[in-house]
Amino acid sequence: MENWKENRVVFWVTALPGIFWLTVFFLIPLALIWGMSFGEKTSIVDIEITGTFANYARAFKEVYLLIIWKSIWISAIACALCLAIAYPIAFGICFSPPRWRPLLLLLIILPFWINLLIRTYALIAVFRTRGTLNYFLEWLWNLAFMDKLIGPYEPLELLYNNGAVIVGMVYVFMPFMVLPLYATIERLDRSYLEASLDLGASQWTTFWKVTVPLTMPGIVSGVILVFIPMLGMFLVPDLLGGTNAIMIGNVITDQFKAANDWPFGAALSFLLMYVTFLALALRAFIGSRSRGRVGV
Amino acid sequence: MAGKNRSRGPLDYGRSPWLIGFGILVFVLLYAPIVQLIAFSFNDSKRNIVWQGFTTKYYKVAWENASLVEAFTNSIAIAIMCTVVATIIGTATALWLWRFRFPFKAGAEGVMALPIVIPEICMGIAVLVMYSRIGGWMRTFESGPIHWWNELFSIWPLNLAAITAAHIAFSFPFVAVVVRARLAGFNRELEEASKDLGATEWQTFRNVVLPFMMPGVIAGALLAFTLSLDDFVITFFTAGPETNTFPVKVYSLVRRGVSPDINAASTALIVITLVATVLAMRLQAPSKSEG
Repeated sequence: MENWKENRVVFWVTALPGIFWLTVFFLIPLALIWGMSFGEKTSIVDIEITGTFANYARAFKEVYLLIIWKSIWISAIACALCLAIAYPIAFGICFSPPRWRPLLLLLIILPFWINLLIRTYALIAVFRTRGTLNYFLEWLWNLAFMDKLIGPYEPLELLYNNGAVIVGMVYVFMPFMVLPLYATIERLDRSYLEASLDLGASQWTTFWKVTVPLTMPGIVSGVILVFIPMLGMFLVPDLLGGTNAIMIGNVITDQFKAANDWPFGAALSFLLMYVTFLALALRAFIGSRSRGRVGV
Repeated sequence: MAGKNRSRGPLDYGRSPWLIGFGILVFVLLYAPIVQLIAFSFNDSKRNIVWQGFTTKYYKVAWENASLVEAFTNSIAIAIMCTVVATIIGTATALWLWRFRFPFKAGAEGVMALPIVIPEICMGIAVLVMYSRIGGWMRTFESGPIHWWNELFSIWPLNLAAITAAHIAFSFPFVAVVVRARLAGFNRELEEASKDLGATEWQTFRNVVLPFMMPGVIAGALLAFTLSLDDFVITFFTAGPETNTFPVKVYSLVRRGVSPDINAASTALIVITLVATVLAMRLQAPSKSEG
């Protein structure tokens, strides 16, 4: 690597476009909302930055704390389910014949490139009252002669509740979890597993005592990679959860659209940012610790 | 199959029937909703529940919906513009971070990665707030006294430019990551050899570095294209009431319920994104075997 002083022209030519664009269209806007989060509305359109903490104080009122708490546990459950599904998938891909691996990985990632909105919309057609899943259940119901015994099938209300949001989140983010898991499981030294099995540990013990600890960096990366966007997610709770499953993203959006309270929305989004930074710091911390221990 | 004769070793998880069964189930569940969406865009039924026969009339309905088509053209125009600029900036950034050692480099890398890691919604509202601040000032800009300037904005209206600028801001760091990953496999001795043999800085870049990193650049460009085309959240906040992009338009339609012409329009978008993605992956693939 070259010292920047050796070739200042090239250094600045390559550095400035990115720095300029990021500053103007990202850092300055962020600084603006950060300032605004300490501001007050003085009229419908005017906002004065007064240095008040009232917006943050308001975010810690019960109504909003409950929504924040709900966002956290919905994301946590969805994240755990993602991990539970993605781990065996990543594991299976790593242990599949090498020539199959790129194809399997592509198949897992491909849905991730399809527009989030379209994938959420696709789920509505599955879960709505007259949707595919209810049709399937009705078919099962009639197959088991339940319509003769109990009565006609009553379609379930599958949309517009927390469950629908969790299923939607898992559906949307699961592929994203597979990638970091695959990356670590692939590098896993299989002789450790062989050693554990040779020394008499069962498959189950080997998995929990050897495989999981060795792939912990991937698990942590995946969890954080998936948890952060879930926490700020606005589309899925909006379309699948309706008014029954409002998450923090919906509250923020509302402040900038219908409720028109920008300073409060700014404070909420900065709280979301702080949580994000905390999660990233945690990942860096765990990453450096596990590197020190395993010696990867 | 030849594999059937061999017994399964303790580490042969790839042939565990449980794992294979689970994998197949997950793949089916992952694709079923999308396949259903595509299938029902060809279904001859307004209510979109039971298969009634093949038709392409909903593609015609979607095509004749002027605002949907306008939103689609906007999306494509923004995505193309975003791709061009984000690829140039992202490549420059990748070269910068790859080549130079400088004070606070770790900090610079962290800041460059910020748009990738922070929740989209935070970026969306941040850009919204900035545009609302400078909106009036920009308007005077748009209809300023300079003739060619007005011409420029009549070709590329301000609200489109505003969305494009925001899209560039979140997509160029992704381009930078992809290009830098490609550059990591570059043998720096080639660059030194080129310079020792008397090539200038530009000649070395043009004839040695650029050809090597080209697959990464193209993959990054396609990534920027799909990111821009797919973006909903940031456009949702930055677009004024009179400008629509395709995802924002679809969102307003989806809120009113499921209808086959949305399926048709979505299918068109899925095809475009998937073609771009598969192309990007094919271009990226050789880099692994070479490196």
